[in-house]
Amino acid sequence: MEQEIACLRARFAEEIGNVSDAEALENLRVAYLGKKGEVTSLLKNLRDIPNEQKKEVGQLINAIKTEVETAIAKKMDELREAALAAAVSGAKRYNPTLPSTEELGSYHPITLVQRELEDIFAAMGFTIEDYAEVVNDYQCFESVNIPKHHPARDMQDTFYLENGQLLKTQTSAAQNHIMRKYGAPLRAIFPGRCFRNEATDACHENTFFQMEGMMIDRDISISNLIYFMKTMLSEVFRRPINVRLRPGYFPFTEPGFELDINCLICGGKGCPSCKNSGWLELCPCGMIHPNVLREGGIDPEEYTGFAFGLGLTRLAMMTYGVKDIRDFNAGNLKVLSQFESR
Amino acid sequence: MLISMNWIGDFVDLSGLDKEALIHRFTLSTAEVEDIIHHGYDTHGVIVAEIASVENHPNSKKLHLLKINNGRELVDCVCGAPNVRVGMRVAFATEGGAVSGHPIGRATVAGYESCGMCCSEAELGISADNSGLWEITDDVPLGTDIKDVYDIEDTIFEVDNKSLTNRPDLWGHYGIAREIATLADRPLRPVPVHDTSVYANLPAIPISIDDPERCYRYTGIKVENIGISVSPVNMRIRLFYCGSRAINLLADLTNYVMMELGQPMHAFDLRRVDAVEVRRFEEPFPFTTLDGNDHEIDPETLMICSHGKPVAVAGVMGGLNSEIEDDTTSLLLESANFDGVAIRKSEAKLGMRTDASMRYEKFLDPEMTKLASERFLALLFAIAPDARVISSLTDVYARRFDTITLTFDQHYVDRYTGITITREQIVRTLTALGFAVTVEGDVFTVVVPSWRATKDVTIKADLIEEITRIYGYDNFEIKTTVSPLAPVRRSVENIDDNRAKDVLVCSYALHEVHSYIWNDKAKNKALGIVPEENVKILNAGTPEHDTLRSSMIPTLLSFASENRSYADHYGIFEIGRTVEGLRADGDCNERKKLGIVLYDKVASEEALYLKARDIVLHLFRDMRHVTPTFEVGAGVAYPWQHPVNTAAVSVDDKQIGFICTLHPAVATKLDKRAACVAAELDMGLLATLAPKKIAYREPSRFPGIDIDLTFAVDPAALVFTDIRTKMNAVGGEYLSNVTVCDVYEGENGSSVTFRLSFEAQDKTLSKAEIQPAIDAILTTMAENGMPLKTV
Repeated sequence: MEQEIACLRARFAEEIGNVSDAEALENLRVAYLGKKGEVTSLLKNLRDIPNEQKKEVGQLINAIKTEVETAIAKKMDELREAALAAAVSGAKRYNPTLPSTEELGSYHPITLVQRELEDIFAAMGFTIEDYAEVVNDYQCFESVNIPKHHPARDMQDTFYLENGQLLKTQTSAAQNHIMRKYGAPLRAIFPGRCFRNEATDACHENTFFQMEGMMIDRDISISNLIYFMKTMLSEVFRRPINVRLRPGYFPFTEPGFELDINCLICGGKGCPSCKNSGWLELCPCGMIHPNVLREGGIDPEEYTGFAFGLGLTRLAMMTYGVKDIRDFNAGNLKVLSQFESR
Repeated sequence: MLISMNWIGDFVDLSGLDKEALIHRFTLSTAEVEDIIHHGYDTHGVIVAEIASVENHPNSKKLHLLKINNGRELVDCVCGAPNVRVGMRVAFATEGGAVSGHPIGRATVAGYESCGMCCSEAELGISADNSGLWEITDDVPLGTDIKDVYDIEDTIFEVDNKSLTNRPDLWGHYGIAREIATLADRPLRPVPVHDTSVYANLPAIPISIDDPERCYRYTGIKVENIGISVSPVNMRIRLFYCGSRAINLLADLTNYVMMELGQPMHAFDLRRVDAVEVRRFEEPFPFTTLDGNDHEIDPETLMICSHGKPVAVAGVMGGLNSEIEDDTTSLLLESANFDGVAIRKSEAKLGMRTDASMRYEKFLDPEMTKLASERFLALLFAIAPDARVISSLTDVYARRFDTITLTFDQHYVDRYTGITITREQIVRTLTALGFAVTVEGDVFTVVVPSWRATKDVTIKADLIEEITRIYGYDNFEIKTTVSPLAPVRRSVENIDDNRAKDVLVCSYALHEVHSYIWNDKAKNKALGIVPEENVKILNAGTPEHDTLRSSMIPTLLSFASENRSYADHYGIFEIGRTVEGLRADGDCNERKKLGIVLYDKVASEEALYLKARDIVLHLFRDMRHVTPTFEVGAGVAYPWQHPVNTAAVSVDDKQIGFICTLHPAVATKLDKRAACVAAELDMGLLATLAPKKIAYREPSRFPGIDIDLTFAVDPAALVFTDIRTKMNAVGGEYLSNVTVCDVYEGENGSSVTFRLSFEAQDKTLSKAEIQPAIDAILTTMAENGMPLKTV
């Protein structure tokens, strides 16, 4: 019996050494441990063993059974590892460096700039107002202190319509409407498309975007205006901005200012793009003219406010380095499809 | 406008001041300075000398050999100027000197030594005259440095005219000098004048103002026996440095006074003009201005006449028929004030703008006319002492501006500025600028000076500007506001615009474009689109662009066509404004619309059309949680829409927009080999739709049953949503969904297979339980002409 077990051990060792796949291993397991397997047969034969040897032989058989089971389990692990290794080494290599065919849409650059500004102003408690493009003389001029024959009307060549209306020349055309809609106190921005009847070239368009803002409350001061513009522009340009105010004339402000910022290219040292002045004229602003407040139903003795304008189109040109303003309205996807991110 | 610092120096003591710093402050406090130009600082060592002898150069026809007397000795000079002669006094640049930056040394010119250079006016930079040497006629000792006699050195700064639009007082040096004096805190000297009260007894000039609406004041005086016709050198230099050109003494004097005081003047030859009528004419007539141009004078245009004969366009330009000529020795001097609006009308009618008219259009101070006349006389007598005044200063003051008095208190200034500006500072600033200020307690009473009272300073807020700009905005302490914060919601329209853009860009890879609010007729025609009749622009840049668009689509179709080389498929969109004719009140019916155009060289038109449908569906589902209906066969609104494949997009029977393919006439012109479809939604109407609530339903934990039923029906003719509604009406409580899972179009007739899904919340359904619902649906379908298909 002992000899028989020794033979079995030797035979098993040889056979398992030849096993190279899961199926052969299963066959081997059945051959030794199955119902009719060799180890099982040994156990069956135990009853023929004299009683006094049964314990010893039984231990031997159990030992060989454990030995076979362990060897098969170990072999199974080895085969699984080998199969995974083969799956890895035999895998196809995919190439992520190939150009993508996934398509992306694009936003108009004005939308991108406008959204950024809207987010900044919304965070500062400003409402965002929409307004018509076709307006009346009253909205565009009279209500913002530009009466008939005012020279400011010459500065803005207006497209007039056959029904007596006009295409708005400035976002200020919305001031009166917004004042009447909300009254004071008031914080609002109103981006919009404006139109001027002038010849177009790389720097001039008859159709362009502006954004205007107003803040009206009791005791709004010039000091507040300067603080606000500095804070707001630092947000817009994402860096600390120095501002400088000069007197500027706009019929709807008193006093009115031209606001310069430190040249973004040279930081104020002076360079060709700021004509060596270190300053860049950026936006008009000012304290809202009492006549404009009054016309908007707000008592100028009780409330004061400031207003400012930003050229969205110009800002987009500065932000993205667009050289020709006409590219914005030309619908050329080779230009516009580049603005794919939010 | 060019401003001379020497000229400013006539009225303000500038000694010891940094001129550039002062000009910089002027930019920050008054008006933008665009440029600073330095004249003459790079010229030195140029003296007054005399040509002692002239010999022809043996080797050159043009050159001469000169002996120059520099006051001490004779030096050699080779000179190419044509006007050399013995005894002529010239500006001689000596060895070691420099002329406009060019160093002067000893040189050999065509074989002869030259020890200096005789200069032309152009070489010295004092005029544009380069025709020959500058002949010095003043009696100056030989050897004198020309800079000791002539004001060649000057600093000129250029002020942006646009920034002076609202400041009529700054259109002459004296007004600028007042600003400089205020900024430098130095006194402003009065203008030297010639007192005309002594002529009160001389005969008056017949002057009549027929149109006081257009002419505030006309001041005239006659002068004769003016024997000198050339202006002094220093006056000519100033005029040249300030952008003018010396003509003759009288013309130069009128220009000089205009540039000094801002008051335009006109000198008429007394032989042709000895009386003045300011009037208009009822009929148009031809007139030649002194620049030689012919004009048709409009009845709106104000004219100056003498004995009924037009001699000048008031405030714009004199006539050729009364111009000062070289032999003029007597004149009638006009110093007048015209209405700014009237002058602007004249400019518009004539299509011309002059130094005079651009000043008048700003509404000049009428008080200036007399001052300017007296200033003219003072200058004239200094140059031509033999001149004789032969009339009284005849002054017709037809209309006056009101004196403006403003009051405000310290609190007003504090509130408006947000900082503290002392009472003393306020009084000092306003007084320096010419305002008369009295203070009682906290209250300031301010009389606006005449030169600021024509329309510039009218309310107390205007005084805030005067006080703060001189205080200096750079000196402001800056502070945040103390307004309370209130939550702010974005408007529906703003959210809609942004969301629609996000869906189109992120989910469908469309490209946002911008286009014009008018139709481009040429581009329309190229695509076979008949130009529409709509509201017109009266003054469009070109007739091609004179009609506003009623739809976004035609322009987007042009863009689609123009981008054919960009890719084989793409989609574009724009949210923009259109005008759908006029509303009942006569105003334009402006609509905000979203236009979408899809272009594809590969996909079928049908597939593209359905993609447009999907996009629209997505937008409504995303933004309002509603599913719009697509109504076919409702007709077309535009001729470029396909009569068959145009569907109205509606929600609750309210049309919001459409989807369409293109009429073959347009489609074939756009691109025969590609499909192109369009969709348009009215964002204004969309904004009025309230979003539906999301109706949440707990999913059943029990399996449902799907039943597929095939009906004999033409898929092109059915309206799915209608059928679904009918099925839902009779489908019982367990019918949870209806979809189409197959469409068959074949020789044996067409059919559509519907998949009906049944489920219950509380049990697993048996077929028997849903059989009544299926029977009812079959009956309803049969009643509507859609029998179950039998194989």
